[in-house]
Amino acid sequence: MPLDALATGLIETLTAALMMVVGLLPDSLAAPFEYRFMQRALLTSVLVGATCGLLSCFVVLKRWSLLGDAISHAVLPGVAIAYLLGWPFFVGAFVTGALTSLGIGAIERHTRIKSDAAMGLMFTAAFALGIVIISKITTSTHLMHILFGNVLGVQTPALILTLLASLVAVLTIWLAFRPLLLYTFDPQQAQALGFNVSAIHYGLILLLTLTIVASLETVGIILVVAMLITPGATAHLLTDRFGTMLAISVAVGVTSAVAGLVLSVRLDVASGGAIVLVASGLFLIALLAGPRHGLVARYWRRWRFRAS
Amino acid sequence: MEPPIADRVPALEINGLYAAYHQEPVLEDVSLSLPQGQWTAIVGPNGGGKSSLLSVVVGSLPPLRGEVRIFGRPALAQRQRGRIAYMAQQERMEWDFPISVRDTVMTGRFGMMRRDPLWQRLLPRRWANPAHRRAVEEALDDVDMLDMARRPIGALSGGQKKRVMLARALAQQAPILLLDEPLAGVDPPSEALIMASLERQRRAGRTLIMVTHDLPGARAHADQVLLINRTVIGMGAPETMLSDSMLARLAIGVPPTADKERHVAA
Repeated sequence: MPLDALATGLIETLTAALMMVVGLLPDSLAAPFEYRFMQRALLTSVLVGATCGLLSCFVVLKRWSLLGDAISHAVLPGVAIAYLLGWPFFVGAFVTGALTSLGIGAIERHTRIKSDAAMGLMFTAAFALGIVIISKITTSTHLMHILFGNVLGVQTPALILTLLASLVAVLTIWLAFRPLLLYTFDPQQAQALGFNVSAIHYGLILLLTLTIVASLETVGIILVVAMLITPGATAHLLTDRFGTMLAISVAVGVTSAVAGLVLSVRLDVASGGAIVLVASGLFLIALLAGPRHGLVARYWRRWRFRAS
Repeated sequence: MEPPIADRVPALEINGLYAAYHQEPVLEDVSLSLPQGQWTAIVGPNGGGKSSLLSVVVGSLPPLRGEVRIFGRPALAQRQRGRIAYMAQQERMEWDFPISVRDTVMTGRFGMMRRDPLWQRLLPRRWANPAHRRAVEEALDDVDMLDMARRPIGALSGGQKKRVMLARALAQQAPILLLDEPLAGVDPPSEALIMASLERQRRAGRTLIMVTHDLPGARAHADQVLLINRTVIGMGAPETMLSDSMLARLAIGVPPTADKERHVAA
């Protein structure tokens, strides 16, 4: 398949580029990356960190944190069903994730149930269905990886999926930057200017679902939502410009994914947990030391105001 | 180029409009026609459908029945051409959003940017069509916000935010401006700046449609007043529409024609 060849070639190129950067590091840090599986894990981490970082800004500003959590849990039955049918896991994951977000929208719109209850209701139902199916399948380590992630075990097909998802996310956000920005900032104005807001809304949800599915093997269903909240929240504390926020958020996502990967190898701990902990640590630093919205700066201003 | 607008066509024409909000009817059988180049003040009680009327025109409230035409054409087509500038009440805006005053005003041009060539749309603003930047600077200057153009929008006072939102509507350079309570919660200096800016728009031949609670302001500035309480109670010169008897009718919600029908029935 030419697409496969293209993707493999792209992966080779990106890996080579990353290894040049790794070559600049001290030997003790660079040594593990001689292994092929470590190189795959590194590239996956960078891609997942960057894509989640981009989407994270929209999730934080649109107050979609719970929606992200709902979609990530709702992919579980899809993964289980795909496993039963022998399909690639991401097909099932994408289908049930997207169906659940549509279901949430339908309940919100056509009943008196409020959106947070609609989300909680739909995603716990989907998650429960996934657990029931899995309990019938009997042991499968692969499914454990989906729940908690294992970036060290990422195989080439999953890496290709992650790469494609990243490309789709970057291209969509670049091509539709203005509609997405205006819809996130002021949907009423987007509507008044004749933009198709429901297309933008569902497009953004599909992009979110795609990102979640592509991140599953790295951080897992339970923790992926952290990568969709923490980088954007950290960036929001550090800047008052949307473009800068996107850049900082991507940097936080990539840094925590790579540092988490290195830490998980060094300390022999779960990779998903290590990645999220690094991200949370970066958030904490921004919360304390942020130049304008950080706590230290804020108390400093208050103290100076009182002193004067 | 834009096809020219015929002089006689009404700026806004509404026929037999019904609309509901959360299953509650808010507009019933509204029909009206507003001529070009006039300043119309829409006055009515809270919950009487003033804002809903604007929401229908800008597409955020789909009507149950009836039609809306702007310069003789469907409203959606005109909105997509950037011919309708809308300043909402902004009570649900997220002022924490990381965006500068200048970029906020620039979002008013986003509709027109769809007609720029593709390569310009993919570049950062610096290299984009200079007409957009010029319109934004002029609009910022018009409401005296150039000095604060680099500030984050959340750092402004209520009156300053309203001026920025007006600047965003002005930056569209649209022939018709819809304003939903542009003076609500505004300090006196900002109010003076906003009214002066709107007067300049009227002199430039634009059509202004403004929902307001400020009756003295409507008397002083508007060419005509539209009274709305679920349906059109009356439309005409400010002196007649804002008389005590008309305002009493407005509070009860009885259009004069309904009286006649009752007489005929009796």
